[in-house]
Amino acid sequence: MSVLIFIDHAEEQIKKASLEAISYGVKIAQQTGTTAEGIVLGNLTDDLAVLGKYGVQKIHHAADANLDHLDAQQYTAAIAQLAQSINADVIVFSNNTTGKAIAPRLSAKLKAGLVSGAVALPDTTNGFTVKKNVFSGKAFANITITTPVKIIALSPNAYKIEEVGGSTELVTYTPTLAASKVKVISSTKASGEIPLAEAEIVVSGGRGLKGPENWGIVEDLAKVLHAGLACSRPVADAHWRPHNEHVGQTGGAIAPNLYIAIGISGAIQHLAGVNRSKVIVVINKDAEAPFFKAADYGIVGDAFEVVPKLTAAINKLKGA
Amino acid sequence: MKILVCISKTPDTTAKIAFTDSNTKFDTNGVQWIINPSDEWYALVRAVELKEKDPSTVLHLISVGQADTDPIIRKALALGGDEAIRVNADSHDSFYIASQIAAVAKEGGYDLVFTGKETIDYNGSSIGGMVAELLDQPYIALATKFELNGVQASISREIEGGEEVAEVTLPLVLSASKGLAEQRIPNMKGIMGARTKPLKVVEPVAVDTLTTISSFGLPPAKAGVKLVDADNVDELVRLLHEEAKAI
Ligand SMILES: Cc1cc2nc3c(=O)[nH]c(=O)nc-3n(C[C@H](O)[C@H](O)[C@H](O)COP(=O)(O)OP(=O)(O)OC[C@H]3O[C@@H](n4cnc5c(N)ncnc54)[C@H](O)[C@@H]3O)c2cc1C
Ligand SMILES: Nc1ncnc2c1ncn2[C@@H]1O[C@H](COP(=O)(O)O)[C@@H](O)[C@H]1O
Repeated sequence: MSVLIFIDHAEEQIKKASLEAISYGVKIAQQTGTTAEGIVLGNLTDDLAVLGKYGVQKIHHAADANLDHLDAQQYTAAIAQLAQSINADVIVFSNNTTGKAIAPRLSAKLKAGLVSGAVALPDTTNGFTVKKNVFSGKAFANITITTPVKIIALSPNAYKIEEVGGSTELVTYTPTLAASKVKVISSTKASGEIPLAEAEIVVSGGRGLKGPENWGIVEDLAKVLHAGLACSRPVADAHWRPHNEHVGQTGGAIAPNLYIAIGISGAIQHLAGVNRSKVIVVINKDAEAPFFKAADYGIVGDAFEVVPKLTAAINKLKGA
Repeated sequence: MKILVCISKTPDTTAKIAFTDSNTKFDTNGVQWIINPSDEWYALVRAVELKEKDPSTVLHLISVGQADTDPIIRKALALGGDEAIRVNADSHDSFYIASQIAAVAKEGGYDLVFTGKETIDYNGSSIGGMVAELLDQPYIALATKFELNGVQASISREIEGGEEVAEVTLPLVLSASKGLAEQRIPNMKGIMGARTKPLKVVEPVAVDTLTTISSFGLPPAKAGVKLVDADNVDELVRLLHEEAKAI
């Protein structure tokens, strides 16, 4: 029996969402009196031994160049082989783009029940039940996994990274793989951009900003806060901003610590993607904008005046 | 070329979310149903475009659901597709639904299976991956561009904070995300034509479910907004720093 955690990395770094998955998996191992082990696929020069401090006892690393790029079929095969050989009964992923590609495949392969988008630790008092968001954050469901092996894909930003101390044993892992049918041609990352799903703070703009040429004030605010950028659907539809910044019921769902909405009315479909944010700040010139009902703090005012002032005030705070 | 597009029925995006039977069932009272947005806007439209480019393409739609799903399937057929298959079953277990789709897909020998990136009710983003595994085919999740050159597909997909381009040989399964196509409004001809397109109903294959829904709940309501004067942004910064501890 053990908990196996899939550890995802990009650009030579373990992803923050995977550190959350590690802490979550380690906690389950503690609760159930088993060990937590990790699996890393593909080349990575980052020192994996440091992960010991999060409580993961053993890391299986397949530093195989064939695994440098995500091929869901190969990744699934590699994880399944290890899970079976170490007798893992709980397998943890982050529900990020990589997790979404692999966790469901693994579920079908191992006939192991999956809860994707989990937001809390499993309740094991009566079976194995995991809480997740449904109806795009407007509700939650408690899902009971009825199979011996359980798979959980943890929502980014839903579980705190915790250093518990300890050391980890690094072992080389060599899965048996068929040739890949997926050839990655190119990978582009917007430079300096903070991945939206992982961002602790998100600054978001709507149609109230009038046009893409006005996004400078949004970007400046995001910069002083080290925040990710988001937008409402019409903004992405009009190509003012890239599609990946669109949040809401039909865009990305995010749960940052702080969400700052600028010139966004707060339509129900928009709220559905952001209502799990811990603190919501709304800046809108219309006091009747529905978003104020979902907000913790608000300023009724013109974004073009308020936002630069806010940026300056935060700069002052950070400088102090 | 044979394409299968997976269509699910979801509550309208403005539907009131409530539960019945001591919070174990979604309250469908007064709910309007729609085609799940990413299935309609991206997966289906891209498939229709492929058929428009190569009219010899066979385009089938599939939905796992009961008879009340038929109006949604007809709506989807109004956008395009030659015929639809409904697997006559009711389940919210992803593996059960995926197994039904995989069984039909295997039998039909499709080159491409498209799903939406996620349903807006159960938010699994799981079914595409499961179908791919059951068919032993490559899977591209969250596709934002899809071009076909013979049996070679060039696909862009979302990765954290960026995009990746991959080349994959057919057959394959993908989940469709924003960018793959532009939303279309069905025209009169499409709506009329959809009425007479074949809608085959097949019985489900026997499969075990892997999960069950124990209960639903609603998140706690917000306490109410604290408004700060527009001339006093310093106060907002102070509140965010000292009270909310968010910056
Ligand atoms: C099926 C469906 C799915 C949808 N999915 C999504 C989704 O995922 N995400 C999403 O965002 N939307 C979604 N929508 C659209 C949604 O209903 C709204 O139309 C959209 O969110 C509105 O965007 P907005 O707030 O940017 O624009 P608007 O509604 O036009 O609001 C602009 C706001 O800016 C304010 N404003 C104007 N000027 C200023 C100024 N100078 N300073 C400050 N404030 C100013 C206005 O008071 C107003 O409140 C969906 C709709 C449908 C039908
Ligand atoms: N009952 C269903 N019938 C057919 N396709 C479905 C069904 N449920 C989900 N899908 C497809 O699978 C995708 C992902 O669903 P989910 O994994 O539930 O988020 C959806 O966007 C649909 O394309």
